[in-house]
Formats: sequence, structure tokens, C-alpha cells
Amino acid sequence: MNGPLSARQKGFWASNKWLLLRRGNQLAILALFLLGPLAGIWLIKGNLSASLFLDTLPMSDPYLLLQVMFSGHLPESMALIGGLIVLIFYLLVGGRSYCSWVCPLNIITDGASWLQRRWGIQPRGNLSRDLRFWLLGLSLLLALMGGSLLWELVNPVTLIQRGLIYGSVAVWGAVLALFLFELLVSQRGWCSHLCPTGAFYSLLTLRAPLRVSTPRRSACDDCLDCFKVCPEPQIIKPVVKGEQGSSTIIDSSVCTNCGRCIDVCNQHVFQFSTRFNRREEPVNEENSS
Amino acid sequence: MTEQTRQPTSAEITRRRFLHNVLKAAGGVSVLGMGVALYGSQAQALPAWAIRPPGALPEEDFLAACLRCGLCVRECPYDTLRLADLLEPLPLGTPYFVARLTPCEMCEDIPCVVACPSGALDKALTNIDDARMGTAVMVDQENCLAYRGLRCEVCYNVCPLQGEAIKLEMQSNPRGTGHARFIPMTYADTCTGCGKCEEACITEKASIKVLPEQLARGQAGSHYRIGWDEKEKAGGSLIGEEPQHQYNMPEGMQYDFDEGLQPQSTNPFSGNPLESLNRRSEESQP
Repeated sequence: MNGPLSARQKGFWASNKWLLLRRGNQLAILALFLLGPLAGIWLIKGNLSASLFLDTLPMSDPYLLLQVMFSGHLPESMALIGGLIVLIFYLLVGGRSYCSWVCPLNIITDGASWLQRRWGIQPRGNLSRDLRFWLLGLSLLLALMGGSLLWELVNPVTLIQRGLIYGSVAVWGAVLALFLFELLVSQRGWCSHLCPTGAFYSLLTLRAPLRVSTPRRSACDDCLDCFKVCPEPQIIKPVVKGEQGSSTIIDSSVCTNCGRCIDVCNQHVFQFSTRFNRREEPVNEENSS
Repeated sequence: MTEQTRQPTSAEITRRRFLHNVLKAAGGVSVLGMGVALYGSQAQALPAWAIRPPGALPEEDFLAACLRCGLCVRECPYDTLRLADLLEPLPLGTPYFVARLTPCEMCEDIPCVVACPSGALDKALTNIDDARMGTAVMVDQENCLAYRGLRCEVCYNVCPLQGEAIKLEMQSNPRGTGHARFIPMTYADTCTGCGKCEEACITEKASIKVLPEQLARGQAGSHYRIGWDEKEKAGGSLIGEEPQHQYNMPEGMQYDFDEGLQPQSTNPFSGNPLESLNRRSEESQP
């Protein structure tokens, strides 16, 4: 559980800051796209696959462009420039920031995960976290062999964001299906195990400057709050419990930079930092707990 | 260490587990891949009533190029275009329109094509009259009012290429009402497939429809040469003076298809009508 504990000790804002900022960002992006069709204010057109901001700045999904190129079409320069802009942005902030700060599916899977913790549901589905890379390969293979974007016929990521932005009614069926899958079949089954979009973006994370670091890791009191809320909990322990002198940066490419660990930790172990800042703070045991 | 026993070493266990996991993942993923490919072979068919925006690449290439972003939909000033939604029998997320509901208004600046970031709508299309979204076909002569001899011509009047893509042809009315029929004739070489005719057709179900080009059109053999065209191109006959055909029959004989070689019959009818009249009067004499 995120903490009643951390909320009591740190206050509501400090223990929910990054979560609220992320939700705000995710909803603001959807709202920005809906402002045009609903209110006639056209700041941005298109959807997360490809868009045009203020009629000048193109953005497009590099993973989708890769599929297009595998299926045998060289996109025009507008899509390529848009893809390059998005690519550079995520190389800087970490590819999987897309997952936790932009992708609307994150709201669904975080919601399911929250309910699991509240109600004590423990789905038994046990998928390998490597499957997403297999699916990434499969989507590109399907494009190559089929000569068209076969994966995009079933890709829940593009399907749901497009449906939300273009006012589909049937998309709510897909939303419900994904929610129930995450809630009852496999915990974070889609986002942390299967999603090839996330797998692709994790490849962009490899040398991202923006990272979560653990400068006060020696203050850890083993409460496991971070472990419970983290979508990729396997990446925490090697760093937090790392030997003296080892890197304090959570440098795994699957880290989504969601910052929820920063929120829930009462010991202020985590903070956003850069990958170059490997400084470890000396912790005074008496003051910290 | 227990090197001597046949217990597998930890490295062997890791390797086994690794291989086991790889095979499991490969199996699952290939089943999923088969499923998606099979589903795709059905789900990627475009129904005949769905028409792609102007400048769309041939369907196969279009499905490789389209990003499904909907920028063409947003730029369409008449809300003609829409994106295929879930549960619709079209390739998911791709743009189309239905002529009977909202036809293409053929904007001169073609904003949908300009908006397309990927080139699925080809920017080589700069004159909307060159668009080939489909081909208008008179699909039901039995129900078309013009064929019944009534004055309708609505399809002709709404056609943006009036007199080129749809022409009126005057025909005599076999019912003999004294009024000619004005038959709308479609011409595929100029029709853009905008669908205005299908939208406007006043019969309850449209008697003129826009169909995908591959459904609407036939094709003469690629080896066909039209004699008079070739003659005109060459500026004269290609085979020289056509010789008079010669029939070389035995003297006084002729060839009949059923009877074979026959003695040449003499024509019972003379070129002079007076002769037969005279003959009849001779026969009638006792």
C-alpha cells in the first residue's frame, strides 16, 4: 500500500506529488487532443501515433514508424522529422517516461494495481517480463512478412488512445477488458510484461540522463512500500541494497521514471537525479527514523 | 565441490531454465503471431462501400503506410472522413468515407492529402480532378428513373465533372411515349469517385454507386490492339490495300454452309419488280 504511513509522516502532497503530476500530465495530454473536437480550440491535431502541434511541430511515434518501414514503406519527411523529435525527447528523459507520464493505459493498469493492493487480490498469472521483447520482435516480423501494420490491428496502446481521442464508444470495451486482465489475470500483465511499445521505449532508456537515484539508500528501513508500488520491483533491490561504493542510480532501462517510489518512501531514499550524479549522502541513523 | 556426481551443476540448471524459458516464450509468441496474421488476413479487407480519401496509395501499400493518426480526418472541412472504429468491418484506425452518407466535396487544396504525415495519401496528387477514389457505375438500370423514361438526371447535375464523368445520352423510349430517355452514362477515365452521384440518387437505394476501381472496371487483354486506333496512329493502313476476297469455286457451283457444294442457284427474284408482277399474272392464268 502506498502509505497511510507515508502520508501521515510526510503529508499528502509530499507522498503523492509525482503521482498527481503524472495523472495531471496524462489527462492534460488527452484534454489537449480533445480540445479541438469538443471546444473548437485546435492546439494539437491527430493522436499519439502522429500529431501536429500548433500547425507547425510534428510528432510521431518512432515505434510505429519502425513498423511502417519494416512493412516496406518509407514515410515522408514530416513523419520522419516528427519521429526524430520524439526520439530525441525520450532519449533525454528516458523512453519509458512515455509509459508513466503519457500513455493513457497507465491510468488503467495503475488503477487495477491499486485495487489489488486495497482488496488483497493476487492474480496467479505468471508471465515472463521478457515476453514484451518477444512481442516487439513479433510486431516487426509481422510487418515485414505481412507487408502491412498487422500488429496495429490488435495493439491496445494505439487502439485505446485513438479511441479516446476520436470519441469511440466501443473503446470502453477494450478499456474494461484490459482493466480486468490486469486486475484478475496478471498483475501489471500488460504494462510490465507484454507491451511491445513499452519494450521499444525501454530501449531508448539505455543512456537517458534523467534517472531516479538513491542517495540515502543506507536509510532504508526495509518497509517494502516502494517494492509494492513499483511497476518493475525487480530493479529496486540491486541498487538500494547495493554495496557501499556501487552506483546509486536506478539505471535499469525498464524503469518508467514514474517517481512513485519517491512518493511513498518515508526515509527519503529516492529522488529524481541525473545518471551522472552518483553521490551518496551520509545518513545519520538517529535523525532518519 | 561435487564434480564427480551426475548432479547437474548450477550452470547447467541455469542453462536448462534459460532454454526452457526461451522455448516457452517462442511457443507462446508464435501462436499469437499466427493468430494475428490469420485475423489480419480477414480484418484487412476493405468493403466495397468504404472509400479511401483522395490520393490514397493502392490498398496494399496504404495499409503499410497509414499511421492511423487521423490528421486527414481532422483537416477534412466537411467531416466526410472518419477513422475505422473497433467492431467496424474495416482495417482498424484507417480513414474512409461512405459515399451515400457523406461524399467527398473535392476541395481544390486537398487538405487531407496535405495533412498526411506518412505519404499514405500521395502528395503527387495536386489536382483533385486527378483523384481516383473509386469509379461511379450505373449499377441498377431496372430502378434508375431515367431508364424508365422519367426526367431525373440528378446524378448528372451534381457531378463535379458534369459532361465528362457523367454524360446524358438521348435514346428513343421503347414504350413509345413520344419522349426521349436521357440516360446518364458514366465514364471511368474522368470519374474521381467522389460519390456525389451516389449520395444524390433519389431512388430509395442508390441506383448509381461508386465502387472500388478493381470492382468497377474490366480490362481488355493487354495484347489487344484496336485496328482503327493503330491505323490512325500510323497515319494509314498498316497492311496496305485490302485485297478483294476471291472465291474459287468450280464453274456454276456455290458453297452452302449446311448443304456443301451446290449447283449455283439462280436468284428467283429479279432486280426489276415489274418482272415478278408479270410472272404472278402469268401463273394465275388458267
